[in-house]
Amino acid sequence: MRRTYDIDGKDFSVAGAASSDFKVLLKKLGIPGDVIRRVSIAMYEAEINTVIHGGGGKCEAEIADNRIVISFIDQGPGIPDIDAAMQEGFSTASEQIREMGFGAGMGLPNIKKYTDDFQIQTVVGKGTTVTLCINL
Amino acid sequence: MKYFHSVTLNKDNCHGCTNCIKHCPTEAIRVRNGKAKIIKERCIDCGECIRVCPYHAKLAVTDSLEMLKGFRYNIAMPAPSLYGQFKRNTDVNRILTAIKRLGFDDVYEVARGAEMVTAATRKMMAEKADLPKPLISSACPAVVRLIKVRYPNLIGNIVNLLAPMEVAAYEARRLAREKTGLSDAEIGVFFITPCPAKMTSIKSSLSMEKSQVSGAIAVKDIYGDLVRIMKNMDEPEPLATASSLGVLWGKNGGETDGIERPDCIAVDGIKNVINILNEIEDEKLTEIEFAELCACPGGCVGGALNVTNSFVCGSRLENLPTNATTVSAPSDEMLLAMQWQKEIEYEPIMKLADDLNEAMQKMEQIDRLYADMPKLDCGSCGAPSCRALAEDVVLGFGKENDCIFKMREQIQQIATKLMDLDR
Repeated sequence: MRRTYDIDGKDFSVAGAASSDFKVLLKKLGIPGDVIRRVSIAMYEAEINTVIHGGGGKCEAEIADNRIVISFIDQGPGIPDIDAAMQEGFSTASEQIREMGFGAGMGLPNIKKYTDDFQIQTVVGKGTTVTLCINL
Repeated sequence: MKYFHSVTLNKDNCHGCTNCIKHCPTEAIRVRNGKAKIIKERCIDCGECIRVCPYHAKLAVTDSLEMLKGFRYNIAMPAPSLYGQFKRNTDVNRILTAIKRLGFDDVYEVARGAEMVTAATRKMMAEKADLPKPLISSACPAVVRLIKVRYPNLIGNIVNLLAPMEVAAYEARRLAREKTGLSDAEIGVFFITPCPAKMTSIKSSLSMEKSQVSGAIAVKDIYGDLVRIMKNMDEPEPLATASSLGVLWGKNGGETDGIERPDCIAVDGIKNVINILNEIEDEKLTEIEFAELCACPGGCVGGALNVTNSFVCGSRLENLPTNATTVSAPSDEMLLAMQWQKEIEYEPIMKLADDLNEAMQKMEQIDRLYADMPKLDCGSCGAPSCRALAEDVVLGFGKENDCIFKMREQIQQIATKLMDLDR
């Protein structure tokens, strides 16, 4: 089954709403606690990235028999250097964003840590699609 | 007893309005045939419905003083928040003496149990590495129950120490056995309770095989008698020994103040507690070491069975003159006795089905039904929201026509058909 969410790129007060809603869905489906935990953390990080860096976008989440696949699609600036972005502590977030408590450079490393598969497709100037997969 | 609940319904007073269903944090209430109905698997006995019901149709089952007759020696254990129920600067000795005169042989302050829990928590935080962050206080039974049914990943964060009430009961019993030579079965230990959740935790404990407490007496049931007795009291007995450290547990923030560490938060009110638990679950709060979470607004002072306004009560506790010279410290034997006797198990109440595919099919049906609903969340159907009604329909607990807007649509359709027939 699928869920799609619009991710607002301006309103930080609703950032994380998609992950919260999806977490409730997983609990109702009786998904094991440790899987819910990994999905929520990874999904939240990716959602925040979509807000901060992507300027908003869309989230498509699908639950199949054996895995959960979640994509965040934005039309933002793209990631020029993926290797650098994957390093812990690396962040291109603005001072203003950091003041809000984001931009610690742990987003992508954390997503990798909590998922079974994780892919980034990015084109500078066009946008980024981040896809996370967690096995059931 | 699998599902003992202190919170119950007085059918005669229930108007079948939507106040309780809209406020229940676990969506445990439905209105059926004009009366509220509590779904026992979901209720955590927080008392929110008691607080919001304008017709006093929700009540808490607690024990009466009659129960004292079943024991040869009775001890009263007042909750710290009781001390703030009376006029400012009331001597605690007067309050405790008045309680004793209700028919008890002795009084043991739960605030002293709280002092021991504080000491044990401090010790644990100082000595143990790798504690989960944040630790969550085990003091509020409604919060512990909420975690049990909704936050499987957070059960391991709960401090695995008994709540002050049980610690106090253990010590009170030990002292009474020494003093009287009686057996445990002959000694009655009664908690003077500000909330229904404590009553539930006595009748069906989550962390003990059996509670040490014999019963719970609601503050509101004895308040009038206490005021009367205090009014005519000459010299009170010197019974008060608890320090402000223990007494302030009655107010949200008191427990964390006692821990004396910088990275603590104190959260009150069930909605705020749910918000913070969601954040803890997503590991957003690992900078916090300890979280004191109270279901009631203001902490225990806001308990549904208290009499005085919670803000007034909290202020009185802060300014209470205490007679304490020392703070109770737990012995090694006590430190062992304070440990949980069993692990708390996750009991999912939100799950649609045991099998994932079946659950997904049900969720798809729910999504389809919900898409077609008015989304006003008016509660007229008896469920707290349109989404909850959609779930009820799919799970077999409700009908689509319980929605008055759906019903109206159908009547209009039938009316149109009748008109067509007439032509």
